[in-house]
Amino acid sequence: MDVLTLARLQFALTIAFHYLFPPLSIGLGLILVIMEGSYLVTKRALYHQMTRFWVNIFGLVFAIGVVSGIVMEFQFGMNWAAYSRFVGDVFGSALAAEGIFAFFLESGFLAILLFGWDRVSPKTHFFSTVMVSLGSIFSAIWIIVANSWQQTPAGYHIVETASGPRAEVTSFFDVVFNPSTLDRLSHVLSAAFQTGAFLVVSVSAFYLLKKRHTEFARASLKIGLMVALFASFLQLITGHSSAVVVAATQPAKLAAFEGHYAQNAPGALHLFGWVNEHSERVDFSVAIPGMLSWLISGDSQKPVVGLKSFAPGDRPPVNLVFQTYHAMVGIGMTLIALSLLGALYWLRGRLVQTTWLLWVLVFAVSLPQLANQLGWLSAEVGRQPWIVYGLLRTKDGVSKVVGAGETLASLILFALVYLLLFVLFIYLLDHKIKKGPAAEDFEKAGKAVSS
Amino acid sequence: MTFDLYTIWFILVGVLLTGYALLDGFDLGVGALHLFARKDEERRIMLNAIGPVWDGNEVWLVTGGGALFAAFPHVYATVFSGFYLALVLLLVMLIFRAVAIEFRSKQPMAWWRRAWDVSFSVTSVASSLLLGVALGNIAWGVPLRADHEFAGTFLGLLNPYSLIVGITTTALFMMHGAIYLVLKTDGALHDKVRGWVNNTIIFFSICYVITTMATLLYVPHMVVAIKTHPVLFCVALLNMLAIANIPREIHHGRDFYAFLSSCAAMAALMALFGIDMFPDLVAASNNPAYSLTIYNAASSSKTLGIMLVIAIVGVPLVLAYTASIYWVFRGKVKLDRFSY
Repeated sequence: MDVLTLARLQFALTIAFHYLFPPLSIGLGLILVIMEGSYLVTKRALYHQMTRFWVNIFGLVFAIGVVSGIVMEFQFGMNWAAYSRFVGDVFGSALAAEGIFAFFLESGFLAILLFGWDRVSPKTHFFSTVMVSLGSIFSAIWIIVANSWQQTPAGYHIVETASGPRAEVTSFFDVVFNPSTLDRLSHVLSAAFQTGAFLVVSVSAFYLLKKRHTEFARASLKIGLMVALFASFLQLITGHSSAVVVAATQPAKLAAFEGHYAQNAPGALHLFGWVNEHSERVDFSVAIPGMLSWLISGDSQKPVVGLKSFAPGDRPPVNLVFQTYHAMVGIGMTLIALSLLGALYWLRGRLVQTTWLLWVLVFAVSLPQLANQLGWLSAEVGRQPWIVYGLLRTKDGVSKVVGAGETLASLILFALVYLLLFVLFIYLLDHKIKKGPAAEDFEKAGKAVSS
Repeated sequence: MTFDLYTIWFILVGVLLTGYALLDGFDLGVGALHLFARKDEERRIMLNAIGPVWDGNEVWLVTGGGALFAAFPHVYATVFSGFYLALVLLLVMLIFRAVAIEFRSKQPMAWWRRAWDVSFSVTSVASSLLLGVALGNIAWGVPLRADHEFAGTFLGLLNPYSLIVGITTTALFMMHGAIYLVLKTDGALHDKVRGWVNNTIIFFSICYVITTMATLLYVPHMVVAIKTHPVLFCVALLNMLAIANIPREIHHGRDFYAFLSSCAAMAALMALFGIDMFPDLVAASNNPAYSLTIYNAASSSKTLGIMLVIAIVGVPLVLAYTASIYWVFRGKVKLDRFSY
């Protein structure tokens, strides 16, 4: 394999692995704020115990997120040096801002969250929880700003320098608020809330099934379900608005989402199908004609830009984008149904006895994770062959001095290390879940309140 | 020297990397000393001495890297792609180190803990060594192409001078870590750690003398600035006095001042490094015309200005809450059920 393929594989592997963790941190962070806030308001020992248990899980998730994140930050320079030279003026600022505004906040206050229980007052501890949660959201903001700029570059001009052309900032405001930032950010954040919520739902459902820590599990499940329901509907709204932005700014990607080749024809919405990139059509499909046009513009007759408007060399791999996009949407719909079902059973007071639904909820933890991965794949593969849409091709972004051998070596090394990390993560997560919330956290808070 | 945006960013990136050295330096040093403690409880105390802060310390490296990317993208691109295998190794070491810290306490079995202890210590030493070797190569100069790309090899990075700087860095971190441990421990372990301070001071002093001599003899471009501006010799003097002051403060039991002295010594070393590099960021050993300077490697002045605003808003905030977090965790380590 050539350097380009290997470097892309390595980036895909490292980002996919990394992206298992930040959404969990963001989602759990929000839930921790709700739990600890409830404790401060109600002084119920149960909320204290819940906060402590989930802080513990949060710490584990965060640690793996950090170590896999350092790799990401180094990798731009290591494997994508030409890209780094081209975008450093714009993209680098967003990364540096992430470090200054987000990482320090998160990692600093995390210390108090994990180790500061007996060293600070409950209010200060809650403040730290809020700061960690904010930090994780800030981090998402800046990284989405950077990534959205790659999708829909704005606020820059191309300058010829002694070391070749590069993008330079003309308006930092336009860089930050480029056309896709806000829609993509809200979509990613609601996905993260969903991811965290379904972890809480899953663990709580598991305890209820095993009839362990039932009071703890019911209270956690309630909060988890509320956030899951809220986030799942938010996903529908933000997903729709993101697709509308893609239609306006990255027509080739939108056309690939739906395998839409024809020029000047209304777009159909496929429920499923298999894109034949040779004959330029979607096989085995069930489609609603005109639905894509209607979703984007409100007019089912309005033409949608088709892939035939792009030279074959300017099209993304259509079927991969089509499949990942459709799988993501399918999972998104499933998650809405599951959170609705869970909430309905909960409201009717029957969820705790409904074993089958609890089992479904236990395993539903993997669905948001899967949707996150598929969504990123369709967003990033849909941008191809560009690394910065319309400005720089992926093949021109790769490092000139790093050979295929070195890249293969690092790819294998990272794959092995991440495999080990993943096994250790699951092992420890399982360990913490089996151990459950500590009884002494319940008693301790109870005493503190009564004294 | 004009005090322009480029110079300000040269200093700011230097400050971030110095912050990294001061902070992660002591926790890497604690890692390097880890195996010298024999008992499980002692090792736990050492681990928990850095427990709440090592993660935040590492963020200085991440932010330093981000600032380098933003302010001097060509340096970021040249060095990170040029030092490829060395950085892959560093990343793997940092990952295993974090994993070792997190996982050690999760099982009580002796073999489990020993395995993670060894892994924690080895990765701490290796990370320090690799960081030092990278620094040594920047001081020594690396071959560059006309288009600023790295023209050397991985084995070329392992030259004797850079290895000496690597070992010196490790020794410095060990000394810094030992002094930090004196602050955080009490009882029998405290007495033991005091002995380590003396040994590490001796180890570091020997390395320091060797590095200084090697630099004077073989890397003359790293002393030009001080030769031509004798007033800058003050920085070298400050550095030597700060190092000499460490055993004095330790002897008088003023441990915190010893730690401050050690910080001052490291900051002065970084300042010396910066003074002698300026205005180069990566000196080309084959042809000075190919060197990456603060001018030809920088982002546009508009971006540097925007970043400066971000730094002026962000850095004081970071310093304020980093300081308060260190304040919250001040004093001797007491093991409790939240400990590693």
